[in-house]
Amino acid sequence: MAEQWRSALLLCLLMAASSLASTGTTAPASTGNDTEHGTGTINTLPIVTWKWHHVEVPYLESHHEHGGGHNATGIAIVSFKWHHVESPYLVAVWILVCFFGKLLIEANHKITNYIPESALLICFGFILGGIVWGADKVQTFKLTPTVFFFYLLPPIMLDTGYSMPNKLFFTNLGAILIHAVIGTVWNAATLGLSLWGCHQGGAMGNIEIGLLQYLLYGSLMAAVDPVAVIAVFEQVHVNEVLFILVFGESLLNDGVTVVLFNVFDAFVSLGGGAIDAKEIIKGIVSFFVVAFGGSLLGFVFGLLMSLLSRCTKNVQIIEPGFIFVLGYLSYLTAEMLSLSSILSVVFCGICCQKYMNSNMNENSIQTVRYAMKVFANGSETMIFVFLGISAIDKAIWVWNTGFILLTLLFILIYRFIGVFILTWMLNRYRLVPISFVDQIIMGYGGLRGAVAYGLAVNLNESKIKEKNLMVCTTLLVVYFTVILQGVTMKPLVQWLKVKRAEIAEITLIEKVQNKVFDHMLIAIEDISGQIGDNYMRNKWRNFEEKWMSRLLLKPSARKQQDHLYNVFHQLNLQDAMEYVKEGERRGSLEFIRNESAFVDFKKKLGEDYEEAMPDIMADMPSNDPVSTCRRDVLPTVSLEMHEQNMRGLREAEGINAHHLLDQHLYKGRKQHRYRYSRSHLDINQDENEVQEIFQRTMRSRLESFKSGKMGVAPPKTITKHTKREPQTKMPNGKNKPYHSGDEDFEFSEGDSASGYDTSFPTRVTYRAGAGIENPAFMPDLDPSSPLHIPPWLADAGMEVNPVAPSERAQVRTPGYLHRLSSLRTNARSGETAQDRDLPTPPPHRDDDHL
Amino acid sequence: MGATQTHSEYQYENMVGKTGFSTEQIKNLHMRFQQLCGNEKTLRKEHLENIPTLADNPIKTEIIKAFFDKRNQHNNELGSYEEIGFEEFLMVMSHFRPPSIKTSAEEKAAMRKRKVRFLFNMHDTDGDGKITLEEYRKIVEGLLSESESIGQEVARAIADAAMLEVASTNVPNMGPDDFYEGITLEHFEQILKDLEMESRMYVRFLDMNTANLRCGK
Repeated sequence: MAEQWRSALLLCLLMAASSLASTGTTAPASTGNDTEHGTGTINTLPIVTWKWHHVEVPYLESHHEHGGGHNATGIAIVSFKWHHVESPYLVAVWILVCFFGKLLIEANHKITNYIPESALLICFGFILGGIVWGADKVQTFKLTPTVFFFYLLPPIMLDTGYSMPNKLFFTNLGAILIHAVIGTVWNAATLGLSLWGCHQGGAMGNIEIGLLQYLLYGSLMAAVDPVAVIAVFEQVHVNEVLFILVFGESLLNDGVTVVLFNVFDAFVSLGGGAIDAKEIIKGIVSFFVVAFGGSLLGFVFGLLMSLLSRCTKNVQIIEPGFIFVLGYLSYLTAEMLSLSSILSVVFCGICCQKYMNSNMNENSIQTVRYAMKVFANGSETMIFVFLGISAIDKAIWVWNTGFILLTLLFILIYRFIGVFILTWMLNRYRLVPISFVDQIIMGYGGLRGAVAYGLAVNLNESKIKEKNLMVCTTLLVVYFTVILQGVTMKPLVQWLKVKRAEIAEITLIEKVQNKVFDHMLIAIEDISGQIGDNYMRNKWRNFEEKWMSRLLLKPSARKQQDHLYNVFHQLNLQDAMEYVKEGERRGSLEFIRNESAFVDFKKKLGEDYEEAMPDIMADMPSNDPVSTCRRDVLPTVSLEMHEQNMRGLREAEGINAHHLLDQHLYKGRKQHRYRYSRSHLDINQDENEVQEIFQRTMRSRLESFKSGKMGVAPPKTITKHTKREPQTKMPNGKNKPYHSGDEDFEFSEGDSASGYDTSFPTRVTYRAGAGIENPAFMPDLDPSSPLHIPPWLADAGMEVNPVAPSERAQVRTPGYLHRLSSLRTNARSGETAQDRDLPTPPPHRDDDHL
Repeated sequence: MGATQTHSEYQYENMVGKTGFSTEQIKNLHMRFQQLCGNEKTLRKEHLENIPTLADNPIKTEIIKAFFDKRNQHNNELGSYEEIGFEEFLMVMSHFRPPSIKTSAEEKAAMRKRKVRFLFNMHDTDGDGKITLEEYRKIVEGLLSESESIGQEVARAIADAAMLEVASTNVPNMGPDDFYEGITLEHFEQILKDLEMESRMYVRFLDMNTANLRCGK
């Protein structure tokens, strides 16, 4: 789903990025080389080098001439139009190369355990950059601010907003804001001033940077980078409060950075003399406008999106696309109004997540989540790779030991000082103080990244003489923080014994308890007459429920809002999955014997068979006639997952379960049709994997039962020839499943050779020993068409579908046979039962259900 | 007036040691207490039931009960009071005191234990030391009563499932015919050990008097 939007966005990205990225005519050559080397072996000599630029001009000229000539005389059948596709092609190839890089890196988990992926990607970028440099002698590709800010950053920010843990974020909002605003200003001011002081002291040698320019530089270096922080902290798994503090700060400080940068940029342009109190006040005011304006804009877009999602039911296919487009628009709009675009898109995501998730169809939600991750992860990969590539460029490297080392030093020191001072202040008011160890990690987690680099490249060279020095120092700082601090972060966290994140497992009782907590705290606040966090949260919740939900949620979605219920629902779904998996693992119907599951299907009996598996739970709240069964249904399923056997629902055999399972699942097959259409993707519209697995399993099973019916023919009638064949083949069959292959062919020939009128008996002897080993592995065929009838058999005039050949090979313990026999029902089944000493099963499956 | 002032001052100091609240906080809470009980000496259930904001709380009854529960006074007594004085009120409130930076690890553990105990008492309405299925169902039903879409059936089912969860974590090898008669305090602690009680079950008691800031309350 949302394929159109994805591709549309990607296309936009490609077009624009390419126009910026590919500057020289030499570009194609380097790309060609890169793809070869980057993806494959890098150190070997290229066997074939593509020297495009070597031939480019003559080649194209001749080509044009050629084309022209042809135009005059006739039509060119094949023509090579490199220029026609150049830009998008290059971008696509670069994306491919970056992804391959990630693939290579992720292939080896030993390395990624120690070195964070971001660091490795940068190193991969170094190598790529080296290759480009080697090929071109000039760096033709680097991360340009436009590409970064317009195409690579927004998806990441939208994703972070959309998957932000809201409660955690807003609970710690105060601390986050303090760190983001005051911390960033502190970092910028101290870095700028200290560097200027050192400059005055003569530590830098002879460079032309004034106080204002130092402050400008400080402001661009001040911000902790969200991309780098996520990349590193995601792999460290620190406790959630620490994570949200660092991460939230990195997100929200963008507003500050943008303002500081713009203000100082303006000041630098104005020159020192023109700055008066009025300008400074204007700068401060602009901070509020930019930060709050950006957030507000995001909020508005989020609401808009939520509203829109109320009525997208009829365009379900493009439904997930709205969030991407509107999210991107919120970013661009903020950029257009020179507000903080990062804040805008993050708040857009934060604000709409709840409503979107309840309004949209389940499939759309999955699509959005997945596509978000694809974009974000892809962008992140590219950012780091390109950060690496950008380094290999002679033009930007201006070495100034004093400047670079002092910058690194000050950044580290002031970050720590800032964190310590601010948390000390905060701890006086925080109920759960931030421990010293956590503070160290917060300080150490001050990673700088691509945002700083993007801003540095944006500097105006005409005003700032030492732009290159700044760019190169920024790059070094980025490498230092991302690679060095990133690598050492994990050992440090382990060494300091920082409290790690617990693996959040949703148990029902915990969820209930959380809910009890919430209400209890509110009640206590009410009684004690305090206005606390809980009071405010309660107020907000009431407001939200009363107004926002009514406005933004579909009426149907509003009903599903209870979290407790959702967890319950999820647990049940999980159970169903486990249940199926378990059954498949055992490879038989045995799992259905589990009594606890039986009830599940009993309930279904009272209802229409059309219902899909997951809907068993989904429709719970609705009043239904068989609610008496339900009381038992719900707990027993959950019970299954936690392997509790104390539930005393003892049924003699799962026969009934077989029956029910079989009935409604077989019926369900009818829904499972693949229809191709661009705007409808309605396979399994309201079913999901679970059901599909079930369907497949059951279908193939039923096919086998069908053929099992034919087991009536007594083995004695089989000719000598056919008798011999099975005996020889049986042992083989155990190890070697047939795939409708040659051996089947042989048999059939044997049958026809024996002059037997039908080929049934042969099959039957096979069936006799056949339990169904794992029917899920059966090829998924359209059930409406006769299965696996080889032409030569089809001619034999069979009335019933034969079994899939592969099944015949699946001979296992006869124990299954016993159970299966109960399903192998027919008018004829009586004979079968007698023959095999099996109890006569009741007729379970009506043929009209087929 | 002066005499009562010193009297209460003295009382306050006594309570500081007992409950860990600061004198300021106790003063505020005392004010609130008097506000609630209409300047009487003792607080009765009706007083709490009349708090307007509490009216919507789904577990209102349980909370109010907890205030009148003798077990929450830590005197090894059972049963419940008809009316409570300020001291008892304060004791109950002290369960919700947040830890400070200075709180040691042992103290934190003790605090946690008290909080769990409080929660447990809240669930265990009949005071037999076990949360039975019936008792648990009641709570869950209360919690779910907010959302009209979820019926009682489901609430019961959820309670049942949760109960089974507890049973399975604590008594892993239970026979199918065994009956799990209720959650004991130990089991309760066991299930909640992952919940960050210290950082969650608290109320911010301000030094400032906020009782009058709330409009219309």
